Amino acid sequence: MSEIVTFTIDGRRISAEAGQTILAAAQACGIYIPRLCHKDGLTPVGGCRVCTVRVNGRPASACTQPVAAGIVVDNDTEELRSWRRQIVEMLFVEGNHFCMFCEKSGNCELQALAYRFGITAPRYPYLWPKRDVDASHPDIILDRNRCIMCGRCERTSRDLDGKSVFGFVERGIHKTLAVNADARLADTDLDLTDQAVNACPVGAILKKRTAYRTPVGQRQFDREPIGTSVETRAKLTIDGGEPR
Amino acid sequence: MSKPRLATCSLAGCFGCHMSILDIDERILELAEVIQFHKSPITDIKTFTEHCRIGLVEGGCANEENVEVLRAFRRNCDILVSMGDCATMGGIPALRNFVEIEECLREAYVDGPSTHNPDGVIPRDIELPLLLDKVRPAHEVVRMDYFLPGCPPSADTIWAAVTALLSESPVDLPYPLVKYD
Ligand code: SF4
Ligand code: SF4
Ligand code: FES
Repeated sequence: MSEIVTFTIDGRRISAEAGQTILAAAQACGIYIPRLCHKDGLTPVGGCRVCTVRVNGRPASACTQPVAAGIVVDNDTEELRSWRRQIVEMLFVEGNHFCMFCEKSGNCELQALAYRFGITAPRYPYLWPKRDVDASHPDIILDRNRCIMCGRCERTSRDLDGKSVFGFVERGIHKTLAVNADARLADTDLDLTDQAVNACPVGAILKKRTAYRTPVGQRQFDREPIGTSVETRAKLTIDGGEPR
Repeated sequence: MSKPRLATCSLAGCFGCHMSILDIDERILELAEVIQFHKSPITDIKTFTEHCRIGLVEGGCANEENVEVLRAFRRNCDILVSMGDCATMGGIPALRNFVEIEECLREAYVDGPSTHNPDGVIPRDIELPLLLDKVRPAHEVVRMDYFLPGCPPSADTIWAAVTALLSESPVDLPYPLVKYD
């Protein structure tokens, strides 16, 4: 048995296993900390900073920061909500997000966070970068216009599929997602059955011939905000019902 | 007391947002009881002659005429609302932002597969508004007070916004009404 530590999030006492991340510990207790570059099952890298919390007053990414006995974590404060909103708004203006015709709309985590945060328009000027679409693969399309450089595809392909199909080239605003063939997706060993194909939070990696199957109104985030499943699990436990 | 006035316009948009206004159905009668439509494609009033409480702006700015109309709306309306994705983020017209303007014009007037233009003339009459270098959302041209995303925003979204503004409350859209598609 690993050691159990207790600490607080927004004043609520939480028990967790030593070594767990703050994000995982919070999630186990039904507290949703927004995240984009992290996905359950992947090694966290702390890239997007959407999960930023304050730990004993200092900003830290909840997906990488381990719990420790007695720490005081702030999660749902106006300041942190505002930082998260700003990150999401920057991601929208840095790419080219035309949700009105995007195949991922309604099931997209970036869009869902914007909805959850009540963002009606980004405050920053749009950059309209020129980005490439790679439709060479027979079953999969890569649209870099929508890529938020979260690296989920890269880590999934490397760590779960054992392939390393994806990687990044360049730095800063010029950073872009590359494929290991240094050319086209079709020249890689990416398969439709790879977990990397399902790792993308946005509509940058899509399966061909699967778009628009779910009617508007029934898509994942049409009714319930992202994070609701984490939060309801706790409510059920508190109310004495069965946790899902 | 006279009724508050409402103005609407369609800049670089497709009139879909105006269709969505009409889609409030019989509630438009309720609306007509409490407001007066001023400059709008619905009334066909072309110029502002009176100050308005609310201006609903469909579309972003693609040309100099759009900018002029938008500025007139800012001068003549107390509260200006970006209605729809074109106004809030540029929308479909902004797809041309990835192509050089000369190439856009050549494709439209010279090289397009259905174009018959043997002299290769690109229209440049003084009557025609000049295109901007890029299509811009409304708030990159003038200050906008509220944003109603959606392509188009649903009738319920427009209704929620207009009724809130008429009761002097801020527009605070509930979760199901914030949609980008
Ligand atoms: S990837 Fe998401 S945010 Fe981007 S256009 Fe598609 S639905 Fe919208
Ligand atoms: S393609 Fe998708 S998963 Fe990969 S880095 Fe871009 S946004 Fe992330
Ligand atoms: S989810 Fe933690 S930094 Fe991206």
